[in-house]
Amino acid sequence: MTMIFGVPAAAFYGQLLLGLINGAFYALLSLGLAVIFGLLKIINFSHGAQYMLGAFAAYLLLSVLGINYWAALFLAPLIVGLLGVLIERYLLRRIAHIDHIYGLLLTFGLALVIQGTFTNWFGVSGSRYPVPELLQGGINLGFMFLPIYRAWIVVVALVVCFGVWFMIEKTKLGGYLRAGTENSALMQAFGVNVPLLVTLTYGFGVGLAALGGVLAAPVYSVSPDMGSNLLIVVFAVVVIGGMGSIVGAILTGLLMGIVEGLTKVYYPEASNVVIFLVMIIVLLVRPAGLFGKGA
Amino acid sequence: MKMMKTVLATAIASSFVMGATAQADDHGMSDNELRIGYLADMSGTYRDLAGPNGETAMRMAIEDFGGSVNGREITVLSADDRNSPDVASSTVREWIESDKVDMVQGLVASSVSIATTKVTNGTDTLALVNGSAASSITNEHCTPNHIHWTYDTYPLANGTAQAVVAEGGDSWFMVTADYAFGHALEADVTKVVESNGGEIVGGVRHPLSTDDFSSYMLQAQASGADVVGLANAGGDTVNSIITAGEFGLAQSGQTVAALLLFLTDVHALGVETAQGIQLTTGWYWDKDEEARAWADRFYEETGARPSMVHAGIYSSTMHYLKGVEATGSDKAADVRAWMADNEINDMFAQGGYVREDGRMVHDMYLAEVKTPAESENEWDLYEIVRTIPGDQAFRPLSESKCPLVR
Repeated sequence: MTMIFGVPAAAFYGQLLLGLINGAFYALLSLGLAVIFGLLKIINFSHGAQYMLGAFAAYLLLSVLGINYWAALFLAPLIVGLLGVLIERYLLRRIAHIDHIYGLLLTFGLALVIQGTFTNWFGVSGSRYPVPELLQGGINLGFMFLPIYRAWIVVVALVVCFGVWFMIEKTKLGGYLRAGTENSALMQAFGVNVPLLVTLTYGFGVGLAALGGVLAAPVYSVSPDMGSNLLIVVFAVVVIGGMGSIVGAILTGLLMGIVEGLTKVYYPEASNVVIFLVMIIVLLVRPAGLFGKGA
Repeated sequence: MKMMKTVLATAIASSFVMGATAQADDHGMSDNELRIGYLADMSGTYRDLAGPNGETAMRMAIEDFGGSVNGREITVLSADDRNSPDVASSTVREWIESDKVDMVQGLVASSVSIATTKVTNGTDTLALVNGSAASSITNEHCTPNHIHWTYDTYPLANGTAQAVVAEGGDSWFMVTADYAFGHALEADVTKVVESNGGEIVGGVRHPLSTDDFSSYMLQAQASGADVVGLANAGGDTVNSIITAGEFGLAQSGQTVAALLLFLTDVHALGVETAQGIQLTTGWYWDKDEEARAWADRFYEETGARPSMVHAGIYSSTMHYLKGVEATGSDKAADVRAWMADNEINDMFAQGGYVREDGRMVHDMYLAEVKTPAESENEWDLYEIVRTIPGDQAFRPLSESKCPLVR
């Protein structure tokens, strides 16, 4: 049997693929954070709670209203995104002109309130969300058994990541957005409604978190604390990639998924700290992050 | 004359009784209130198996007892330990020093219980450990100031692992939570598997509260072991079982053995996912008439069926209060001695007794999760397969490392 660093080759490829799957998932979540920070300079600490809300929205849509997964894939991000619009319009906008740290504190407080409320309502044991019929089962790749649903997560995450990057970096709308955050007075003089643009951007970023939640619902148990651990990891990913860099967030997400996946094979005890170790090293060597511009 | 004698005798006898009660009242109660502190994970991974509903169970016991003991009002303090030994020990220290708490109840994460019992050791405060699993709590970590009530890792290993090995599951791969409880459970399982002719072929230790188990399940699958043993708890076990199903461990001929599974976990998984899983439990709400009657009252209060930990909290609080009443003392040493001298016969245990190492010995049960066809409602989850008699279930005193055992 071929061995790679003391692990059978087949097992090694399997772990690599799993790392890539988790990485795609990190990429999707850190993308939302990077969009919100890059364009609005808001450090969105309620991203984890909004991810959890996405999963719960899908769960409640199915269990209360009987609305299936495919519809929830669009509806849940829309609902949670609208909630994001309200948060931006009535809370974040009031503190937009002062230090960013206040935005961080506000969103962190919101996250605790949301998580606490859901814990009170639903308990922490979580609920099951079934894998949609079309995506059940798996494929035997020879070196591992790949559940179809996991492959689906990668496809959706990569398509969405590419789409968002394209929209922000290559389209006219993205251009307005970047210009509006650079110099909002000038853009408003040109007749662009910058406050509306800002509100919609925040809502969009929140919607991305919720989409992550819907994708996660069938593989993890839907529970109020599902976002709290993930949030910190995803923040580390954004910091490593360079705060606000969209390409950085996507590529670092994939990379960190792989790093974490391999740690789970070689030294599982360290799997929840390895990303932070990488973060510390990157901050020491390149304070602006791997893909950040300037310090 | 005869009449006179009887009256006199009655008077003397009753004055004796009154004297005795008055004396019991005075001698050991430290002050004019009996204070009980409830310490548990109220918001994290282990919230549902004890948490706020455990406090309700404890209050039910106090209410059923009449709300006061020896003329002293019973008051309750409660705190969230956030699964942190540091938070737990500082809270309990403050409870003992400034609030004069007489008993600490709840205690879920094993690391929290070990830290707490280090603080109560040598004081007049008794700790009743109910949520924790680690058998080391009454082994190398035993103290004269605590009792471990509901269950521990020894019978979990003994019950489930033995049953699985007996069905032909010889080679095991362990997925273990990387802290005190996981290590204790893994050690106990290893012993049972090996002494029954099986072997442990590999394992991983994962951090507490892991979201993604796919990597570990893939390693388990690659190991080719017959059985994947889950030495973890709460959300970690739930996520492990979901992922094992997703990656088709059953299809590749592997059995998943969840060594610690609470009623609340099975409820969260649903019978569709959890059906057929064998587990060991200290109590089940539907096991007999008395248990059902209490579970009905609990359901009215909380809207959920009680876990074994909820039942253990009620049972141990009741036994403690009886001890305080009988001895007229709230000192840990006096009450614990009474609790050890008197058998426990209630909705939780029949013929239960407390050993010198602090272990409450009672029957345990090997259960199997019902199929969707068998389950009549959302809480109708277990079929009791076998009763494991208390004296076979727990670690024999002859193997004990506890210095209190001579």
